[in-house]
Order: sequence, then C-alpha cells, then structure tokens
Amino acid sequence: MSKLFPKSANKLPLQIIVFLFVFGGIATAGVTYYMTPKYTRVGYAPVQPVPFSHALHAGQLGLDCRYCHSNVDKSGHANVPTAQTCMNCHNQVKVDSPLLAAVRQSYETGEPLPWVKIHQLPDHAYFNHAVHVNRGVSCVECHGKINEMEVVTHTQPLSMGWCLDCHRNPETRVREPGDIYNLNSPTIAEKSGIEAGIKFVHDWNIKPPQSCSGCHR
Amino acid sequence: MRNVYLVTAFLVVLTLSILGLRGTLFVKAPMDVFPEWIFPGMKYQSKLKPQAQSKFFADGRADRPLPAGVVPAAYGPAGQPLRNDDARYAGKDADGDFVARIPAAVKVDMQFLEHGRDRYVIYCAPCHGALGDGQGITKQYGMGATPTFHDDRLRQMADGEIFNTLTHGKGNMLSYADKLTPDDRWAVVAYVRALQRAQAGSVSDVPLVNKPELGL
Repeated sequence: MSKLFPKSANKLPLQIIVFLFVFGGIATAGVTYYMTPKYTRVGYAPVQPVPFSHALHAGQLGLDCRYCHSNVDKSGHANVPTAQTCMNCHNQVKVDSPLLAAVRQSYETGEPLPWVKIHQLPDHAYFNHAVHVNRGVSCVECHGKINEMEVVTHTQPLSMGWCLDCHRNPETRVREPGDIYNLNSPTIAEKSGIEAGIKFVHDWNIKPPQSCSGCHR
Repeated sequence: MRNVYLVTAFLVVLTLSILGLRGTLFVKAPMDVFPEWIFPGMKYQSKLKPQAQSKFFADGRADRPLPAGVVPAAYGPAGQPLRNDDARYAGKDADGDFVARIPAAVKVDMQFLEHGRDRYVIYCAPCHGALGDGQGITKQYGMGATPTFHDDRLRQMADGEIFNTLTHGKGNMLSYADKLTPDDRWAVVAYVRALQRAQAGSVSDVPLVNKPELGL
C-alpha cells in the first residue's frame, strides 16, 4: 500500500491547534481593542451647522457653561441653546458674518438649527445632568476640556464600566460646588487630598447608585 | 504552515491600517458594533427625548411648539399656580405702574442675594460687567454701549422696571425670561441694588472694627 500522507503530516494536528490558539488570541485582542466605545466613540468630532468655538466663548471670553446650557442645573437634560441666546450678543457682534447666517435664519423663522449630538447614551440609560452638577461632578469629568476645544470632541468613552468607575469611587472625582463650571479646576482630592474628598462625599450625602435600576428602568 | 501565518500577519496589518488606533479624530457618525438587527436590545426606543428628532411629526422635532393662544398654566417651579400676582410675575401694580420695591411675597435674605449674584455673574456680567459698570468682556468684541448701573437714572429706576427689562428685554438687550425664572429675576434685581449700594459707598460705611485693617 502506497503512502497517502507524507511523514510531516503527523505534526499537522498539533500545528493546527497551535494556530487556532494564536488566531483566537489575535481575534480576542482585536475585539477588545475595537468593539468598545473607547474606539467607536472617543474622537468623534462631527461638523456642526455653525462652526461654534467653545474655546473662544467658554475659554477666551469666560462665559459660564450655564449662559447657554441654562437648564443643566435644573433639569435632567442639558439644553442646547436657542438661537435667541446667540442673538443676545450676535445682534450686535459680527452681525454680517456669513458663518452666522444659519443662526440669524433660525432666529427669524423659528426653525431649529440641526446641531449634531455628540454625546449620546443608549435609550435605556437615564442620565440626569442636574443631579450630577449639583453634587460635585463637573462638566469636565464627562465632556473633557470643552473650554479648550475649537471643535467639540468626544473624549470619554461613556461606557457603563466607565460610569461605574466614578460611581464606586466618587471621592476621587468630586469638586467644590464653586468649581463645577470651572473646567480648569482641580478635584477636591487633587487639591486637599483624598481624605477631603471622602469627607465631601460624606457631608454632601453623595450615594452614587451601583444597582441596575439606578440608571436603567 | 508558514503561509498561513503570513496571511494572518497580513490580515492584522490590514485591519490596523483600515481601523486605525483609538482616539483618532473622525467626523462620520460612530459605528454601532452591536447593531439592533443582531443584538436586539432597548438602545433605540420609540420614545421622544428632549430637543431630539422625531420622524412622527412633519417638522421633525420631538419638542412640540405651543399651539397658538395657549397659556402655560404651571410654567416655572413645579406646583406653581397660574400667575395671577402681577406684582410678582410682571413687576406691575394694579394700575399697571412698575412696583417701586421687590414684592413682599419674595423673601429677600442673604441666601437670596447670593443666588442673585450667582445668576448675575452667569447671565449679566458678560455685558454689564462684574461691577455693573457696563464694561463686560463682550465690549472688547464689538458689543454696543451698555449702560452703567451707577447713575441717577438707574439708581432711581423702580425695581419693577428692572424686572420688566429682564423679562422682555429693552433696546438691544433681548429677553432673559427663558433663562431666569421670575424669582431668579427678583434675585438679580436685589443683587443689582447691592452693586449700586456698594459703588456708592464711602469711608463712613466701613464698620468701626474693620477700619484698622484698611489703615483708616
């Protein structure tokens, strides 16, 4: 009987098993690296209908976040400003700028500007802005240094694990009530040590929920 | 076997060069790696979110504009009744004149003044300046003449008239009624009065105990 397989074929089963392990490892690494908001969302910087610069308005002029996002400390939803908010100044400043034509048109017609939403939670997650900003969580924790951005960019993953990082250790992230809207301010822990952070969390009765129903309902 | 590893290495390099690294800036809508048709969940629910889009309504908005002639009955803080107190909600008395003082229904105390300062710094200071002298930051960028609070016309202006200006705007200043609730507006009025008093202060206003600190 002639030989159907060369002698090297004896090693083949082992080689295939080794390859499958290597391939499985690479595939796992790829999924871990790419199939997460750290890859899919961080860095999202869409083109907006009006090239509004937060670096100019919030950074250079020093406008408070609440001048435009006026309901952030009263409502679960941090509102995008009305065109009238822009016109408070732009009825006198840069009145003929072509970049602001869309704002003027929106103000006159009442048609909203089609701003592109950047930070988007799934519909089953209920985030409340007012609760966070009134309890020591600054805008910068989730949105990054907006006051330095010419174009707003998604900087944090906003994944559930990332939320829980802070919900488990709020003392490392809280700020003094007066520092919430100052995006360059240090956290209490950075300023006066972690004990001060723990004390603030205790005194302000900060109990971030870790149960499912805290955020999902 | 070597060819298999070479193909794998090629695939890794290909994936890396197409997908890139984490944190790279991009403008296209983020991809959904767990799309609903494979992993049905509740990520996209048929509900309306604030300021969101809606395919149901012809104008595409989830927030519905008020139909013509509608009067908001409980606008403002929850549980607030229909606004039938003109002094408090319009700054006017029964004859339609501006009330001279903040209505008694609004309790003015230190906390209220601090709240007024807070609101003033956010909404007013960019143009009117932290001192109320009309030298806000926007002036350097071409904002028109912003009056100072520290002249006789504004010192003697009725509280109700300042409230009315905040509510309806005046001249180039637009309404701030969407940003300041009626009580917020009274708090700002109170703080503007405090600013006026502070700018009109003199040495005789300094308490005796504080005089040595100032070398007086």
